[in-house]
Amino acid sequence: MTIARHIKHRGDALWLAALIHRLSGLALAIFLPLHFLVLALALHHAVRLDAFLHWTDQPLVKLAEALLIFLLTVHLLGGLRVLVIENFDWHDGQKRLATLAATISAIVAFIFLVRVF
Amino acid sequence: MPETPAELSVSLWRGGAQGRYETYRVPRRDSQTVLDVVTYVQRHIDPTLSYRFACRVGMCGSCAMTVNGRPRWTCRTHVAKVAGSGRLEIGPLENLPVIKDLATDMAPFFEKWRDAKGTFAPSRTRADEMPRIRPDSPARIAADAAVECINCGVCYAACDTVRWNADYLGPAALNRAWTLVNDERDSGNAARLQAVAASGGCHACHSHQSCQEHCPLSLNPTASIAGLKRRAAAAYLKGELKP
Amino acid sequence: MNVRLYVWQRGTAALMAPLVAIHIAIIFYATRQGLSAADILSRTHGSVVWGAYYGLFVAAVSIHAAIGVRNVLAEWSPLSERHAGWLALLFGLALAALGARAVAAVVL
Repeated sequence: MTIARHIKHRGDALWLAALIHRLSGLALAIFLPLHFLVLALALHHAVRLDAFLHWTDQPLVKLAEALLIFLLTVHLLGGLRVLVIENFDWHDGQKRLATLAATISAIVAFIFLVRVF
Repeated sequence: MPETPAELSVSLWRGGAQGRYETYRVPRRDSQTVLDVVTYVQRHIDPTLSYRFACRVGMCGSCAMTVNGRPRWTCRTHVAKVAGSGRLEIGPLENLPVIKDLATDMAPFFEKWRDAKGTFAPSRTRADEMPRIRPDSPARIAADAAVECINCGVCYAACDTVRWNADYLGPAALNRAWTLVNDERDSGNAARLQAVAASGGCHACHSHQSCQEHCPLSLNPTASIAGLKRRAAAAYLKGELKP
Repeated sequence: MNVRLYVWQRGTAALMAPLVAIHIAIIFYATRQGLSAADILSRTHGSVVWGAYYGLFVAAVSIHAAIGVRNVLAEWSPLSERHAGWLALLFGLALAALGARAVAAVVL
């Protein structure tokens, strides 16, 4: 039950970092079965795999792929940050590290986008 | 310096869980704390207002409330720091049952201290010699860093893992367990690690660090919980724990 | 999440950190001139190394994602932790099966 009309800590950087970590993980979990289904086309239907790969040439699909690259990278870097918190001595500056993780992920996704277009 | 308004507009939660906010006008004073504001309402406007405080100097841990959306110790929170606009919304702590108005039932909070084995388990009797613990030993330093908790419940109210997982022991209880894990005189670690390694224990923590962000004593329960995660995981891998 | 699930989830996370980094590098390499089935298969067909890499990756991600999904369901859905656990187990098994099929398709 919530009595406060605004729960302010939900805007805090590290709360958002955990939210992004969770949502990126969920999105990847939803994407993976589709990813595997497409790859399995190579088993008997190489032609259909090629048709699918051709379909992915659309700009919107490329944009979605860049988003996936962002999600994967941000989940990797955010996860590494958590592993370091949990397994090594404490280090301050987690907000900076979380921001860095998101920034690097955005840059990686952007480079991907520039390259495929 | 912005001009200090002559009056504050103060919304206080009234009633139990199904209550509502009511607004009061409270004169603005120099060096006024949020607790002063609540006390003014109770003394001058509505004596039926319920709230909890004792020491007024940040030691007893009983006056925590939600102030403009964040849990705070109200006796040491200056109005100037939180109500630049002249508005205050004060409610009971989140994540705990409301008894009435600004007073919450702290029982679940303290029950979790008990469940986390937050009590000292002596390893010697009074007949034995006092153990010597070096102030610069790593365990002592770790315990020192976490030991000043005043049980105010601010971290518990700021923690969304508590909100989402009713079984989660919460930052204060786990922080307490961490001080005892590092207490060389304590003999209760087997049971303690077992308790904090169970579902709802330290491994449920997502390292949001809201506890650290809000702790009025600037403690870092997230770091304590990370220590427990390591210690409990190591014990589990050595076969000392049954999950 | 108890300590057993924690060790599996963080263990698979640590294992996958280098695997994901390599995966991202491969994505960049493979998409330098567009993807084709022939390209992918020429790299992976009959390769023990790629088979082991992707096999390990699929096994780790199935465990890691299933525990993650379980935690999300337990915290954010009305399901009890028990029911969330069963649903997540089903998800993990499905993911492992689909993943194994995909690895077989590109390696064998």
